Amino acid sequence: MMRKTRALVAGTAALALTLSAAACGGSDSDSSSGSGAKAEFNAALTKVFNASEKKGGTIKLANAGDWDSLDPGETYYGYSWNFLRLYARGLLTFNPVPGPEGNELTPDLAEGMGTPSDGGKTWTYKIRKGVKFEDGTEVTSKDVKYAVLRSTDKETFPSGPAYFEGFLNLPEGYKGPYKSKGVNTDSAITTPDDQTIVFHLKSAFGGFDYIAALPQTAPVPEAKDTGAKYKEHVISTGPYKFETNNLGKDFKLVRNDQWDQATDPFRKALPDAYEVQLNVNADDIDNRLLSGDLDIDITGTGVQPAALGRVVGDPALKAQTDNPTLARLWYTSINPTVAPFDNIDCRKAVEYAADRVGYQTAYGGPLAGGEIATSVLPPQIPGAAKVDLYSAGADNTGDAAKAKEALTACGQPNGFATNISYRAERPKEKAAAESLQQSLGKVGIQLTLKPFPQGDYFSQYAGNPGYVKSNNLGLVVNGWGADWNDGFGFLSQIVDSRVIRETGGSSNTSVRIPEVDTMLDAAIAETDAAKREAAWAAIDKRVMEEAVIFPGIVAKSLIIRPKRLSNVFVSEAFSMYDYLSLGVA
Amino acid sequence: MTGGYVVIFLILVAIFAPLIVKLFGSPPNDFHQDLIDVNTLAPKGGTGISGDHLFGVEPQNGRDIFSRIVYGARISLLIAFLATLLSVVIGATLGVVAGYFGGWVDSLISRAMDVFLAFPLLVFSIALAGVIPDSAFGLSGDALRIALLIFIIGFFSWPYIGRIVRGQTLSLREREFIDAARSLGARGPYVIFKEMLPNLVAPILVYATLLIPTNILFEAALSFLGVGIRPPTASWGGMLSEAARFYTIWHFMFFPGMAIFITVLAFNLFGDGLRDALDPKGRR
Repeated sequence: MMRKTRALVAGTAALALTLSAAACGGSDSDSSSGSGAKAEFNAALTKVFNASEKKGGTIKLANAGDWDSLDPGETYYGYSWNFLRLYARGLLTFNPVPGPEGNELTPDLAEGMGTPSDGGKTWTYKIRKGVKFEDGTEVTSKDVKYAVLRSTDKETFPSGPAYFEGFLNLPEGYKGPYKSKGVNTDSAITTPDDQTIVFHLKSAFGGFDYIAALPQTAPVPEAKDTGAKYKEHVISTGPYKFETNNLGKDFKLVRNDQWDQATDPFRKALPDAYEVQLNVNADDIDNRLLSGDLDIDITGTGVQPAALGRVVGDPALKAQTDNPTLARLWYTSINPTVAPFDNIDCRKAVEYAADRVGYQTAYGGPLAGGEIATSVLPPQIPGAAKVDLYSAGADNTGDAAKAKEALTACGQPNGFATNISYRAERPKEKAAAESLQQSLGKVGIQLTLKPFPQGDYFSQYAGNPGYVKSNNLGLVVNGWGADWNDGFGFLSQIVDSRVIRETGGSSNTSVRIPEVDTMLDAAIAETDAAKREAAWAAIDKRVMEEAVIFPGIVAKSLIIRPKRLSNVFVSEAFSMYDYLSLGVA
Repeated sequence: MTGGYVVIFLILVAIFAPLIVKLFGSPPNDFHQDLIDVNTLAPKGGTGISGDHLFGVEPQNGRDIFSRIVYGARISLLIAFLATLLSVVIGATLGVVAGYFGGWVDSLISRAMDVFLAFPLLVFSIALAGVIPDSAFGLSGDALRIALLIFIIGFFSWPYIGRIVRGQTLSLREREFIDAARSLGARGPYVIFKEMLPNLVAPILVYATLLIPTNILFEAALSFLGVGIRPPTASWGGMLSEAARFYTIWHFMFFPGMAIFITVLAFNLFGDGLRDALDPKGRR
C-alpha cells in the first residue's frame, strides 16, 4: 500500500535560469514580477515564490524514469498524483496552497467533503454541475462510479492502489466491469442521480475522505475506455489534455477548451502547454535544470550526489533550492526473531551504538538525506510527538558506554555477530549498512552485509519471516512512506504484527507487539480526531520502547527551484513543488 | 622491461599491503566522517588529500583511498593470477590432448571450446554470483566469493589458451623429433609431457601473461556491476562503481581507474616483451 518513490535515483526539481548571469549580477532581463521573489534558500517552502497571474508559455519537465501509468486509475507515484490533476479531476484532492494547509483535503470534482452516515459506513458526495470531458460530454456520477469500479480490476491495472476493493462492499468475486460485465454493484456504489454518488463500505472508516481523494475517482467515460490502453489517451476533465503521447518517450499537454474556470475552485491554468520528457539520465536532468534548459524534474526527489556538491557549495545556487521534509522514514528493523535480538537489551545496544550522523550521511546528509529521527512517526504526521528514548552520545555518533552496558545486560559483553540486509540496487542503503557495520563494530557487534535484489526484497528475503530467521538477518535496512500524511496511513503497515505474512511480502519484519495491535484497532475506531492523533503518538512510543526499530532519518530532498516560473511553492502533501499553480513568469 | 618492473612492484605492493598501509595510510575499512562535509558529502577541501591520506578520502564515509587501492591490488592480482593459472592448466592440457590425438578427440574438444567461447559469460557470472549462498564448499564470506570469481573467470577463459596450444601441438606433431621419439617406441603420455610440453612452455607463458590483464579487467567489471567482492572489502572495480555516483569528485574515480590502467598496461607490455624474448623467430 505504499506510494512508490524513486529512491535509487534521486531526481530533482526545477530549474535555475542561467546561474552565471545571476551570480555576476549582469542581467536583470527576466522581469519576474510579484511578491516575495527574493531568491533565498527555502524561499518556496512555506510561501508562494514569484506570485503572478500571467498566462501563456510552456513549462518543460523531465523524468529520469517513466510513469507506472498515466491512467489515473492505475498510477501509484506521488509525483504522478500531483501532476495528473492537470488533466483529471478526482472527487477530492489536497489543497494546492503553501504551508500546512497543503496537507488538508479540499473538494475538486465534488461540491463538498463527504457526508458520512450509518456510523461512517456510507459516504455521500455531490458532484459539481457543468464539468465536461474534453469531447464536451458532461461528467455524471456514473462516470465516477465506472472509474472506481474499473480501478478494482488488478489484472488489468496491477500497479494501482487497492484501497477501494479493500473497503467497498463489492459483490463476492467481483472482478471489475470488464470481466464481471453486467454484475449489479449497487451494494458498493449507488448513483441516485447524475450529481450524487454514494459509497457503501464493509465496515466503518472515519478517514474515507482520503480514499475519495485518490486519483482513481477521476471520471472515465465508459464509451471511451480502452482498458489497459486507456493510458495512451486519457480523456481529460482538467484544464489540459493530451496532444501527443509517445509512451516511454515524451508527451505534451495543451489547453482543454471544454474546461470551465467557473467549475473549478483552485486551478489557475496559467501556461499554454506542458512538455514532458521521459527516461532522461538523472545527472543530465540536474545539469539541464542548472543551465535553464529544463524547468522541473517531475519526480521531485532531489539532486543527485554529483550535483549536490556543486549546488550546496555555491551560495548563489543554494539560494535557488528548497529543502522539504518528506513523510518518509529510512529506518532499520531489528528483528527479535533472530538471536540474540530476542533479548531486548541486545536490541537496545544497537539503538545506543548506532552512529546517527553516519546513518544520515549515508542517505545524503542533513540537506539531501534527511533529519535524524528518534522515533517512527515523522514530525509532519498530525499527532507526532518527540520521543527520544536512547541517548546517542553528545554528538549523535553513538553512545558506546551505554551500548556496552546494554550488551552486558544482554549477556554478550564482547558483542556478537549478525547480518544486515539491504537492497543491492540502492547505494544509499548500502552506505547505511556500511555505516552501521562501522559504528556497531566499535562495541563488538560484527555485521556482515547481505545485499538482495529489491524486486524480491520483501517477498523472498528481508520481508520473509522464515528466511529472516534461518539466515540470521538480525538487521534489515528498510524504508516507508505513507500514501497520505496521517497516522493510519503511516503506521498500520509497519507496526501491526498482523500484516506480517509467513509467506513474505510485508515491510514490517520486526514489530510483533500484541499491545500495539490492540492500540491500533482502538485508534482506527476512534472518531475524535484529537484523541486519534494522541493514540498514534502513544503507539510510536510503545514501539520505540521495544527497540525493534532503529528510526534512522526522516527524508528530506534538495530540489532546485525553477527560476523561470511563477507561483512556485512546495506542496506539503506531496513534499515537492505543487504542479497545479505554476506559470511562466 | 618497464612492464616487468611495474609488475614486480605491484606484486610486492599486494604482498606487503598491511605493512604499507601501516606506514602510509589507515585501515582500509575505517570511516573518517570528520573529514566529510555533511551537506555535500564531499571530503572537506575537495579531495581530503593530506599526509595521512595520500590519495584523499572517499566521499560520504571518508575511507582512505590509498589503503583501499593497496588492498584492492591484493584482490585484483590474486583473482587474476589464480584464474589465469586455472585456465592455463585446463587449456594447456585439453589443447595438447586435442592437438596430439586429433580425430574425434580433437573434434570433441574443439567444439567444446567453441561452446565456451560462445557462452554469454558476463550474464552467466552475474546470475551465478547472485545466487551463491554465504557459505559453500567449506568456504564462507570473502573467501567464497574470491574462489567463485576465480572459478568463473578461469573456467571460462581456458579456450583462449587451449586453441593456441592445440595449434602449436598440431604443427609440433609433424616435426622430426616427435617422429623420432615415436619410432623409438615412446607412448602418448611420454611424448606429450617430455617432448611436446617443453616446446610449448614459451607460448603458454606469453599468453598467460596476456590473459592476466584481461582477467583483471573482467574482475573489475564484475565488481563494478556489484557481483564481485562484497563491501566493505576494497576492490578496484567496486571503487569505480561507487565513484560513478560522485563523478564530480575527480580523485575518487581517478585513483582506482589509474590503478587498473597501470596494471593492465604493465602486464600487456610485460607479455609483449616476453613474447619477443622467447620467440627465436621474432625480430625486434
